[in-house]
Amino acid sequence: MRRVRAAAAVTVLSALAAVTGCGGGSSSGGSNESPRTLTYWASNQGPSIEADKKILTPELKKFEKETGIKVKLEVVPWADLLNRILAATSSGQGPDVLNIGNTWSASLQATGALLPWDEKNFEAIGGRDRFVDSAVASAGASDQDPAAVPLYSLAYALYYNKKMFADAGISAPPATWDELVADGKKLSRDGTWALGAEGANLSNNIHQVFVLAKQHGADFFDASGKPTFTSDGAVAAVKQYVDFMAKDKIVAPGNAEYAQNQSLQDFSKGTTAMVLWQAAASTFASQGMKPDDWGVAPVPVPAGAPGADKSTNSMVAGINIAVFKNTKNVDGAKKFVKFMTSDKEQILLNKTFGAIPPVKAAQEDEAFSAPELKVLRDTLAASAAPLPQVASESQFETTVGTAVKELWADAAAGRQVTTESVRERLTKAQQQMQQ
Amino acid sequence: MTATVTTARTGRTEDGQGPDGGRTRRRLPRVPDRIRRGGLPYLLLLPAVVLELLVHLIPMVIGIVMSFRQLTQFYISNWGEAPWTGLENFRVAVDFDAPIGQALLHSFFVTCVFTVCSVALCWLFGVSAAILLQENFRGRGVLRAVFLVPYALPVYAAVITWAFMFQRDNGLINHVLYDQLGLSGPPAFWLIGDNSFYALIVVAVWKSWPFAFLIVMAGLQNIPRELYEAASIDGAGIWQQIRRITLPSLRPVNQVLVLVLFLWTFNDFNTPYVLFGKSAPEAADLISIHIYQSSFVTWNFGSGSAMSVLLLLFLLLVTAVYLLLTTRGRKGSDV
Repeated sequence: MRRVRAAAAVTVLSALAAVTGCGGGSSSGGSNESPRTLTYWASNQGPSIEADKKILTPELKKFEKETGIKVKLEVVPWADLLNRILAATSSGQGPDVLNIGNTWSASLQATGALLPWDEKNFEAIGGRDRFVDSAVASAGASDQDPAAVPLYSLAYALYYNKKMFADAGISAPPATWDELVADGKKLSRDGTWALGAEGANLSNNIHQVFVLAKQHGADFFDASGKPTFTSDGAVAAVKQYVDFMAKDKIVAPGNAEYAQNQSLQDFSKGTTAMVLWQAAASTFASQGMKPDDWGVAPVPVPAGAPGADKSTNSMVAGINIAVFKNTKNVDGAKKFVKFMTSDKEQILLNKTFGAIPPVKAAQEDEAFSAPELKVLRDTLAASAAPLPQVASESQFETTVGTAVKELWADAAAGRQVTTESVRERLTKAQQQMQQ
Repeated sequence: MTATVTTARTGRTEDGQGPDGGRTRRRLPRVPDRIRRGGLPYLLLLPAVVLELLVHLIPMVIGIVMSFRQLTQFYISNWGEAPWTGLENFRVAVDFDAPIGQALLHSFFVTCVFTVCSVALCWLFGVSAAILLQENFRGRGVLRAVFLVPYALPVYAAVITWAFMFQRDNGLINHVLYDQLGLSGPPAFWLIGDNSFYALIVVAVWKSWPFAFLIVMAGLQNIPRELYEAASIDGAGIWQQIRRITLPSLRPVNQVLVLVLFLWTFNDFNTPYVLFGKSAPEAADLISIHIYQSSFVTWNFGSGSAMSVLLLLFLLLVTAVYLLLTTRGRKGSDV
């Protein structure tokens, strides 16, 4: 019995030692212990993981030829990427370089695991001025050095079915929300619907209500980073979005449960006339639509033309490239970031992935003057705003995204969506925010 | 194990041969008695113990330690530095006047109702099917194999298929209910709103009842046929045979089966996660998903760990009470 007790004590002590010993990665600024290799986690930008590997591998070979540094590539699916990054952050066993969704920038910045891009680091990749301001603004909190460097930029646009518009006697895409609702009522008939939505997709909900809140003169966080979900503007924005189904009846009730891009399938099948989306051309093509079947226009605004503040019509969407602070090849990692953000690679990669380069010089390339990309480019330049760059952005997406999802469910079930019911959901979301 | 060792030792003579002469020469080289008596069992158990420590116990201890720390995103890269918060995470989790506590309590109740319904249905279907397939008839083997298919399928693939079938506009369920059977009214939502609870029950029962079927089927093999024959001669009908012979004989099997089903169902993560994604509807907000959301989605691992520890304590308590009651009941019936 005494032996059993001793063994138990040793077990508990070993476990506690393991616990206290676990401290994740070091917080140094990296080293150059392994200057010949790099590990890179790329996000899935193309139609499949394999396609991305085929696209990126020749570029990585070029980099190896130029620098002698071998890059080990892993393309990580979006569904796993954030969890993988969190696991790497807590264990300290991560890649040297990685892609991150730009909306995660501030949250990941708060972990302290990413290399800050101060003036010196930016100089190593050609200077901060090379990048579009709004893209850099979406790479971390405004009062700190960015936690990453913009790699691919995207913005929202209104995609519309030309034939459905012509059949309904509509000659031009709507420029304001009033016009969208009016056109929408003409388009919603005989089993077809005007607008598609991804009601159960939390991130998509956030992207839409964030822009609408801007248009109502509201933000979901105040200047000190405290949540202001229940401000009149935020409530009005959420209600306006859900009212497309609840009041205006221009969104099919079934869209309330969409979370896997089913609204794009409906658009391709011709059962939905409009979608608000980022760079949807390749998806439409893969679903059998011809480029002439659809048109693209800026996302509507309350009145006038898109611009800053109340005329904002998109979030700054995109992918940033970051370096793990505890990399064992910090110089090589910076060289790789420089390579990936070089004008030449920016043109090639963004063209291939249907995105807009966040590098100003690369944007001038002809490839980005096609009608769709021109709308996205103009939106990014003039009327897009980054999502709140606060440490609790991830919680915001979950709590408010879920609130909007539940309101969609109410609307789909025929329950009334009122200002009070919206405020009640947002109040609950705000109370769940914890630090 | 002790009996085997003793037999081997007493069956051996001084010259190393057994009483049956040369046959024992083929045995493995003799392990010294001291080691066999003292260390061998522990040596054989060592791999299992090490794996158990690595896979279960150490993570569990780490989780318990985390629950006492303010482990948010600010500390995950160096979480040894996360401040100790004492019982604060637990206080927040059980403060049922505040939204976090209320949400946890709601999730707990949803999980309890879900577990009771799911376990009851699994058991009922499992026992019924096992009894029906006890008689020998043509096609019995095929039916047994078919019944076990849901248990053999990978959970992820199976639940994704259910998610497609439950889609409102294009799903098979609504197609059958409204288009084929002519149910009136607008098609129902199964993946959002209140109906999501029923969708969850259906998938969970479909997935787990074959386990109950398998276990009960194995248990039925141990009931002597003579008992049924004697009962039949005495005039007992099928219901009486089930009540008086089958169920009492299956009691030890059922005790374990219900406990295992309860633990699996209460902790089920895969089914709601694949069916609803990271944010389950309120009606189907099972506690495992709720804790996942409190940890990985909001990056507050301290809070999530505290909820996990509370769940662990609850399950330990229920298991202990269940075992106590069932053991007592068995002892009582043995007397």
